[in-house]
Amino acid sequence: MNAFCQLVRRDVLIAWKEGGTLGVALGFYLVVVVLLPLALGPDLNLIARIAPAVLWVALLLSALLSLGRLFEADFEDGSLDVLATGPLPLEAVVAAKALAHWLTTALPLIALAPVLGLILNLAPQAYGVLVATMLVGTPAISFLGAVGAALTVRTRRGGLLIGLLLLPLFVPTLIFGIEAIGAALAGADSFAASFLLLIAVSLAAIVLAPPAAAAALRFQLQ
Amino acid sequence: MKLIVDKLSVLRNSRPIFAELSCTIEAGSSLILRGPNGAGKTTLLRVIAGLLPASAGGLRVEGAPPETSIGELCHYVGHLNAIKPALTVAENARFWQRFLGGGGQQVEVALAAFGLAGLRDIPAAYLSAGQKRRLTLARVLLAPRAIWLLDEPATALDQDAEAALGAAVAARLAGGGLVIAATHQPLDWPNARDLRLRPAGRAA
Repeated sequence: MNAFCQLVRRDVLIAWKEGGTLGVALGFYLVVVVLLPLALGPDLNLIARIAPAVLWVALLLSALLSLGRLFEADFEDGSLDVLATGPLPLEAVVAAKALAHWLTTALPLIALAPVLGLILNLAPQAYGVLVATMLVGTPAISFLGAVGAALTVRTRRGGLLIGLLLLPLFVPTLIFGIEAIGAALAGADSFAASFLLLIAVSLAAIVLAPPAAAAALRFQLQ
Repeated sequence: MKLIVDKLSVLRNSRPIFAELSCTIEAGSSLILRGPNGAGKTTLLRVIAGLLPASAGGLRVEGAPPETSIGELCHYVGHLNAIKPALTVAENARFWQRFLGGGGQQVEVALAAFGLAGLRDIPAAYLSAGQKRRLTLARVLLAPRAIWLLDEPATALDQDAEAALGAAVAARLAGGGLVIAATHQPLDWPNARDLRLRPAGRAA
């Protein structure tokens, strides 16, 4: 457990000191969300209606940007070899790195989302549920993303490939996240169902992704 | 303790790297792998560390605690340094110490052993190639492991650092460990034996 915490701590520390990856993700999120109303024109009702979907899709794409580097840096500098011979099973190494990605990328993006909601004229009662759906939905992005990152660790500029490989897997998170916001705004009963399914997708990803990513990494290390 | 390599064969990309390699390394002795580029020195080290599968034959450690894989007994120092440029020298060392379970020397002591005591708060990005190598080698002192696998350990090292490495290896051997290194350089280590690998051939 100690080794797990140390690895999470190291990755958070590196992300904090380097800063660049997070800056790019936040900047990308900002740019996409700011450009969209400019392109759509001054129809406030339309923008307010699509705001949850825009915030979710842009968050997903911003998080994808940094996933490509999840294992690449450790692979290139030889750290992955040492991590693989350490006391921690490779599955736990994957889980630690995915958790660190969630802490250093998903959390800051979620913190930015309400601010961007203002730009999109998001309904006032939607802010709470927007942040709640993102908090429970984004672990699926980091953990499923780890599988893609492991598969493409030897591929130069594999980031885009991860998007192609994984976007189908992100569809349930996207659908249930936006469904839940829509249902909450309409006061519909289906909110609970969507929200629970969103949690279920994340929990399944947390359980299933580490073994899959570890298997991919073992193959890639050879 | 004793590491036994038993008729080990390794295929890479369906090409044989070496076939039916056998040797035994006793605790307290070191084995130096020699041979031209492409002879399979790194491959052999990676197979022992458990990073590569063997296609035939096997490896075993006699006298190891049960339920431990060979990889868990090994320090693997590859030709890559496993150093994070954003972290300071001490942060790099402390991470590996804690991740590998500690129980070895203090960070300050291990860094001082390789002449890095004055650089502990400098980001590793500013180290020279030789200093990075010193920091990498300091890792083996931070957690006690019986088997050291060193791939080109002395690359970019100056005479002082080579002496420090020799002293660390001698201490590990005296403590009942064993060291396997792949190198082209002459290394003056105690109880050292050379194993010459030939490309796609058999140990001479």
